[in-house]
Amino acid sequence: MKFKFRLYVAAAAQNSALATSNLRAFCRTYLPERHEIEVVDVYKLPKRALADDIFLTPTLLKLAPLPTQRIIGTLSQTQTVLNALGLEDIAP
Amino acid sequence: MNTIQVANAKAASKAHSGITGFDEITGGGLPRSRTTLLVGGPGSGKTIFAMQFLVHRAERCNEPGIFVAFEERPDRIVANFESFGGKLTELRRKKLFFLDAEPAPDLIQSGDFDLGGMLAVLGAKAKEMGARRIVFDALDILLTLLPDHATRRREVYRLHAWLLTSGMTGLITAKDDSGEINATSKQPFGFMQFMVDCAVVLNHRVMLGVSQRDIRVQKYRGSAFDENESPFLIGKNGFEVAVSRSLGRGVLNVSKERLSRGVARRDTMLGGGYYRGACVLITGLPGTAKTTLGGAFAEAACKRSERTLFVSFDAESNEVVRDLASVSIQLDRQIKSGQLRMISARTVTGSAETFLVRIKAFAKEHQAQCVVIDPVSTWSKSGNGVSTHSVTERLIDWSKAEGMTLFCTSLMDEVSNQNEPATANQISMLADTWIHLDYLVQAGERNRSLSIIKSRGMAHSNQVRELILSNSGVTLADIYSAGGEVLMGTLRWEKESAERVAADVTEVAEQLKRVRLDAEEAELEVRVKSLQVELVAKQVEKALLVRTAKSREGELSRDRTHVDGLRGADAVIPMRKGSR
Repeated sequence: MKFKFRLYVAAAAQNSALATSNLRAFCRTYLPERHEIEVVDVYKLPKRALADDIFLTPTLLKLAPLPTQRIIGTLSQTQTVLNALGLEDIAP
Repeated sequence: MNTIQVANAKAASKAHSGITGFDEITGGGLPRSRTTLLVGGPGSGKTIFAMQFLVHRAERCNEPGIFVAFEERPDRIVANFESFGGKLTELRRKKLFFLDAEPAPDLIQSGDFDLGGMLAVLGAKAKEMGARRIVFDALDILLTLLPDHATRRREVYRLHAWLLTSGMTGLITAKDDSGEINATSKQPFGFMQFMVDCAVVLNHRVMLGVSQRDIRVQKYRGSAFDENESPFLIGKNGFEVAVSRSLGRGVLNVSKERLSRGVARRDTMLGGGYYRGACVLITGLPGTAKTTLGGAFAEAACKRSERTLFVSFDAESNEVVRDLASVSIQLDRQIKSGQLRMISARTVTGSAETFLVRIKAFAKEHQAQCVVIDPVSTWSKSGNGVSTHSVTERLIDWSKAEGMTLFCTSLMDEVSNQNEPATANQISMLADTWIHLDYLVQAGERNRSLSIIKSRGMAHSNQVRELILSNSGVTLADIYSAGGEVLMGTLRWEKESAERVAADVTEVAEQLKRVRLDAEEAELEVRVKSLQVELVAKQVEKALLVRTAKSREGELSRDRTHVDGLRGADAVIPMRKGSR
């Protein structure tokens, strides 16, 4: 099962940069070889943000597997993210 | 003093809010290209205010606007707003953009985040549609997502900075949490109130069981404003602030045209009716024919083909029509022809403010030139007395501004001092013409009297008149005041008939005397005639006598001469004469 993520960031804002690195680290640790990350800058592509109802940055959209889910924030609390994605059982 | 400053303030830097009355208390609307904070409790009308602000601009000035909804779904906001009569479908396509920013209930938070995404989206959208106005409705909802006070403050700063650079006129609404104990949730707004350029507070409270809404401008940088609370209403046409006329609002068109009030002789009492656009007040105890006079006025107005609105607070309109028909005031005809509109508000409860707004709406709808309110004193019953006074003031002010003739009746308190009638709403001070109706109880009768207490700018009678209602109509009769006593009703009638009899007697006596004199004159004339005839007879007799005497004398002397001639005697006649 492949995880497909879309991360909306606000240019080079500190929390956005943090979220990007956190997400990459998270995927490397828990979903090696089974993830796909797309980073979208809301300032560059506001229409996409609008289409996805993005109001807070950073926002992580999990597009696959369904259902889609959204997590806001820097993703610094790993356990919360694991719970949200239903990956509690995966041991590090 | 304040109002004068408002009037002089530069209107260019302000954006009209499109809310009746609000532009007047702020001297032109919300600060353009700046941020205004609108704070109010639940149900205080924040969203409607915000929507009206956007829609007005989009409709009238072709200025697109953005509405960011944090609390309600845009569809519901639009539906709610359309119930006030607006149609947004067309506008929504071109001029209005609704952003549904309601946080999803299953939103998962992990770590720090900010509003950057939304601002980026909005910035792009604003640029695309050329938006000039933006509303953030219920920003407090969004802020509760933020973990701590510092973050909230930071995000509010971010938002404010973004608004300033965007150049849009911003309106942020937020709930007033002052009732809650949680001080930390309140703080960001307290802090926001310092940050924004204009802060407006909406209040909704219940006073003596009557709902009362107030709007107050808390601050307005770089502009003077009306600092007091102004009542407002959310009526059929949306948000409406009730303001008294400010000093700088220009001079009224004062009419010199006199109008009749439908009761013969009363016009004479006022030297020809009252002025158009005047406010006429009728005070009196219950049953002194206030409504009847109101009806007479309405009928007269209709007959002059002026559109008239009759608002009755204590009877159903068809009752009023029926009752007035008994004194030959035929209102049903005027209703059928569409000149007259009767409204019964007996069962309506609400603050005086509500009444005023409704009357205004009806008058506007009917394009009324005359408004009859019967009785205006009802207002003080519902709601508190303080607001009633100001409402009455605004009523008069409004009618004058519209050039409408206002005819109010007011019920007097029976307990109050009869000599100096004080009307419930102190409307008497403001009214141009004040007519007082009273009873006079005398000789087992209760009779109605009418007097004019004041009438600005026109000569008026100082007399108390008796008001008579009969099936032929409403009339005024002179009362008898003799020996310091005022007579009315039967006493007046008796006095009148007694005077009539007395006058008759005098007339007959005079006629009799004239006839007698005529007779005497005729008799004298006859006597003159007979005497004249007698005189002539005497003269003739006398002439005859003289003539006879002369002829006899001539005869005698002729005879003597003849005798002497015969005797041949001396002609010494004188001696002979003496000897004889």
